[in-house]
Amino acid sequence: MKYKSSAAENEGQLQLTSMIDVVFLLLIFFVMTFKIAAQEGDFSVKMPLQNEGGQPLEPDADLPIKLRLRADASGNLADLLVNDSQSFGTDFAKLRSFIIQMTPGGTDGPSDAKGPEVELDLDYQLKYEYVISAITSVTGYRQGEDIIRLVDRIKFAPPRKAQ
Amino acid sequence: MRKKPNTKIADGDMTSMIDMVFQLIAFFMVLINFSQDDQNAKITLPESELAKPSEGPAEFPIVIHLDRDARIYMGANEATIDSIRPLLGTEVAVLKSNKKEAKDGNIIIRAHRDAPGGKVQDLIAKCQEMGFEKFALRVKEEEIP
Repeated sequence: MKYKSSAAENEGQLQLTSMIDVVFLLLIFFVMTFKIAAQEGDFSVKMPLQNEGGQPLEPDADLPIKLRLRADASGNLADLLVNDSQSFGTDFAKLRSFIIQMTPGGTDGPSDAKGPEVELDLDYQLKYEYVISAITSVTGYRQGEDIIRLVDRIKFAPPRKAQ
Repeated sequence: MRKKPNTKIADGDMTSMIDMVFQLIAFFMVLINFSQDDQNAKITLPESELAKPSEGPAEFPIVIHLDRDARIYMGANEATIDSIRPLLGTEVAVLKSNKKEAKDGNIIIRAHRDAPGGKVQDLIAKCQEMGFEKFALRVKEEEIP
């Protein structure tokens, strides 16, 4: 009776050991370098060069809104003032309601055409997060999964000197 | 005669495990981001409910990080707002070598949420002096409680 040798028995099998080693090393590498990051987005601000008086070279907005952001000594928001007349305290929801009234229908997204424009005039020490909250309030709002656009044209007034 | 013990190693079926491991590798490979330009551990971005990734990558993006102490990071370089000109000059040179101008570049500002807003304005003013016109203020998606 003939016996098969063990070498002959292994002839048809692939040696997977080293491949599995490499594959697991790759897997460990990817797992260790994997970072869960929150989704990020951008607010576009177009700011061409200004002349000596701080005015843009080509004023082209048909509905300019001036938004003044006042800060307290610690850099927190103290007051929101629109067009030097209407105060909203620190209530961004009220500011958004006002912008909705001012811009019925909103806009169809960023464009070069004339339209409402908001100029942000902020105290130097005001924390950046309040600036973003103000931009969020005037730019639009979420309705379910959709974003309703209000004002796409945002610019900054010349910086106020540090106090 | 004594019988020889069976030394044959039991082979498990590895096929499904290898399938799964390759799926995991493919998953992580797709999600991995080697770019260090748009990440900085010192920056906590402000949140916004309108944060939504742009539909396409910005043309000629220049990412500037601004931490809460108004230090600036551009790639591996560190600077202050007053000493950022040489770094911006390098970017302008790169744009010019691509037959573009500074106004074609997109400055992406990743500022810390507690940084003074006036510092962000100063940074924008410095970029304007170099001819940049297009700016993007980066924010992160608001966490829904």
